[in-house]
Amino acid sequence: MVSENSDAQDGEPTALALKILVAGGFGVGKTTLVGAVSEIRPLRTEELLSEAGQLVDDTDGVDQKVTTTVAMDFGRITIRSGLSLYLFGTPGQDRFWFLWDELSQGALGAVVLADTRRLEDCFPAVDYFEHRHIPFVVAVNCFAGARSYGAHDVSRALDLDQGTPVVLCDARDRDSGKEVLIRLVEYAGRMHTARLLDSVG
Amino acid sequence: MTEDMTGLPHDQGSQWYDGEAGPLVRPYAMTGGRTKPGPTGVRFDLIALVTLDAGAPGPGEDSALGPEHRALIDLCRLETQSVAELGAGADLPVGVVRVLLGDLLELGCVTVSRPVPPAQLPDERILREVIEGLRAL
Repeated sequence: MVSENSDAQDGEPTALALKILVAGGFGVGKTTLVGAVSEIRPLRTEELLSEAGQLVDDTDGVDQKVTTTVAMDFGRITIRSGLSLYLFGTPGQDRFWFLWDELSQGALGAVVLADTRRLEDCFPAVDYFEHRHIPFVVAVNCFAGARSYGAHDVSRALDLDQGTPVVLCDARDRDSGKEVLIRLVEYAGRMHTARLLDSVG
Repeated sequence: MTEDMTGLPHDQGSQWYDGEAGPLVRPYAMTGGRTKPGPTGVRFDLIALVTLDAGAPGPGEDSALGPEHRALIDLCRLETQSVAELGAGADLPVGVVRVLLGDLLELGCVTVSRPVPPAQLPDERILREVIEGLRAL
């Protein structure tokens, strides 16, 4: 059993929170997906770039300091008392990569939302999670009017590692969103077990 | 001296602010200019869970704490909150919440859970519980 709480010695069952990221290009439906499965309406949290981005943002020559914030939408699913799942929509713009590092720390896994009309938008997210060995599933948001492709086509087009699940979904639909999350948690579990076996054998 | 006024339309610095400009009070004013939490030096994760501790003042009880500190305590009074939720609930940037939480932690008002390290992601039992929980939603 992992120890999650700094005051675990008081005998109370420790609360555990798990983090799932929802990534993908701008306007692909990240917040929609978060909202569809969350029990709370998606909340917005802001990170100050002047703090978090100090190593990234080149502020030389900027004589008037401007406080810039980047917003992240998030939702919550309570599995039971003391066990909840938090979903974070990652900022879409590339210049906020540094926030991804923080977000992905300790994340259970990620959902990469894709739109087949502009599949290339999700390449950076796929690369990011593959490089860091963070389990992820690709969820193809089936927009009305978008030509439908099979999961296999998408998997080939994205050149995914073998085994990375591709799920067709409707980001607006709660059941569909639930299915995506279930597939991710199952996959994360398999990856985790495989890694454990690797480390022993 | 009055010529100051005539230059106004050309003066980039004195344009009116609107909502897009963000808060007019610089966020770190609420932390006394500090950008990092106190001596503990921990950077609280977005999903670190914050619970009230024995040192927290009761509802309406007098304390030396500022309004933002009290707002965080009041939010935690309802239920355990994640750092991200506190930011959204108190309408404060996460960086500010982290500093204020550092104060509250030192004062014994709250406890803050550590995030699960990547190498110790939950065991299979918990994941199964999550999957079943999601199905049951």
